Amino acid sequence: MYQTDNLVKDLVEEHGRCRESLMPILQGIVEKHNYLTDDAMVEVASELDISAAEVYGTASFYSFLDTEPRGKYVIRVCRTITCSMKGKHEVIESIEDILKIKLGETTSNGMFTLLETNCMGWCHKAPAMLINDIPYTQSFQGKRLLRLLKITCINKRT
Amino acid sequence: METNKISKVDLIFEHIDPREVLTKACGMSGEEIIEEILASGLKGRGGAGFPTGMKWKFCSQEKEETKYIICNADEGEPGTFKDREILDRVAYKVFIGMAIAGRAIGAKKGIIYLRGEYKFLLPQLRMELDGFHKMIEEIGCEFEIDFRLGSGAYICGEESALFESIEGKRGEPRNKPPYPTASGLFGKPTVINNVETLVNSVIIIKYGSESYKKMGTQFSTGAKVFSVSGDTAIPGIYELELGMSLLEFVKEFGDGDTKAVQVGGAAGFCVPRKLFASTVIGFEGVPTGGSMKLFNSSRSMYNVLHNYLEFFNEESCGQCTPCRVGCQQLLRGVESVKKGESKSTYLNELVKLSDSMKIASKCGLGQSVGNAFNSIVENFREEIIY
Repeated sequence: MYQTDNLVKDLVEEHGRCRESLMPILQGIVEKHNYLTDDAMVEVASELDISAAEVYGTASFYSFLDTEPRGKYVIRVCRTITCSMKGKHEVIESIEDILKIKLGETTSNGMFTLLETNCMGWCHKAPAMLINDIPYTQSFQGKRLLRLLKITCINKRT
Repeated sequence: METNKISKVDLIFEHIDPREVLTKACGMSGEEIIEEILASGLKGRGGAGFPTGMKWKFCSQEKEETKYIICNADEGEPGTFKDREILDRVAYKVFIGMAIAGRAIGAKKGIIYLRGEYKFLLPQLRMELDGFHKMIEEIGCEFEIDFRLGSGAYICGEESALFESIEGKRGEPRNKPPYPTASGLFGKPTVINNVETLVNSVIIIKYGSESYKKMGTQFSTGAKVFSVSGDTAIPGIYELELGMSLLEFVKEFGDGDTKAVQVGGAAGFCVPRKLFASTVIGFEGVPTGGSMKLFNSSRSMYNVLHNYLEFFNEESCGQCTPCRVGCQQLLRGVESVKKGESKSTYLNELVKLSDSMKIASKCGLGQSVGNAFNSIVENFREEIIY
């Protein structure tokens, strides 16, 4: 759980109070906190003067607008056919091994969540994954993958 | 049937003087631009292949004050990555294409709907957009572009679902008609074009429709950016003239053991080796939004089909029953045949189901599940059963 503080108000200020501001506002919250809490969605609903069900209905439609707790770093490994042919399973297995979590889970320190996603447009460099917004492709396997996750972790602490 | 050899061109990614094209377009009237695009025979590069000039013409005839140009950069079709490459390397051509379309139909506002997976491009795109806004102001034309981001929904590549998404709602497709040219974003006349289509319009305005038409075939003019992946030694982006045979394509890109090519992504068609020679890549043969996936004989076509069905099952928006339940049943069906729980003749029932989905589904997603399903089941039946 997190406190939104003034985030929702700031986002509403930036994008406006009309219905078409809903997506940018929700995206803004997810950018900061990686998922949407019930409280955050209720707050957005009251700011835009629409029902909370509308907000939840919209958010739950989009796979990147998570309504369940996620880690600081959300790893999304592409599962579509080319990545699946080119070693997606090995990538997932090694991440599971390094982070000691299963697909769909979050590390106990709240740092990483491991998920799958559909084709993200890197088939020529498969297998590919997204860590938050940044794509990583075939070159991040084996030791480089381990190093990447370590560096990601260290960056966050400092 | 007329087929061409592989012919590589470099028009999409070629650097041009943006000011020159923009000045030329701003000196033309809307009608002149539409005439030129119509004459070029340009068809939409997103996959559906609707004539671009017609789309612009319909929208130009609408009397509304406010109109919109939308650039569909929600490139979600499995195996397609050309739009990312275009936006990464020549975004200014996309902006100019939108301004040209805007001039043609009388719109002053454009929105680029960028898929969430490509958010990392946004800082760079915003910087380039600032340059474009300055330039168009100097030339004395009025056109403003803004970005909107998607959030990981394949269906939002469907035009009316994309409008819903921009409007802040669930990305559920609308009934058609009315078509977007009459009632699109916020109910206003809207032209929505793929990234590559817009860049093609820039090429046509720069070089003229006559020289553009010299590329490709009578029904598929111009060139196309192909996203090549799968079992190939040289995966990547290639700009090729339309109208080549699939055999030529496989000779160039295959690994010598290609048994099938999925043309057009999960929503496209699977072409087996025996049909390579007789298949033309283009609107008169097998159309594609650019996705070309090669499979060699080490691949199980059951796994390919299963992967596509899982994809559709998850990405179906769930709004209409044929698509929602159909996708589930096709997936369960092939699983049960594979496990031996259902007889192999059950596949015939599943083909009937996918045919019904083609007729009864509300949008292109449900309508095109049958393309991959039927073509894989028909050509690789034994791999699905055993």
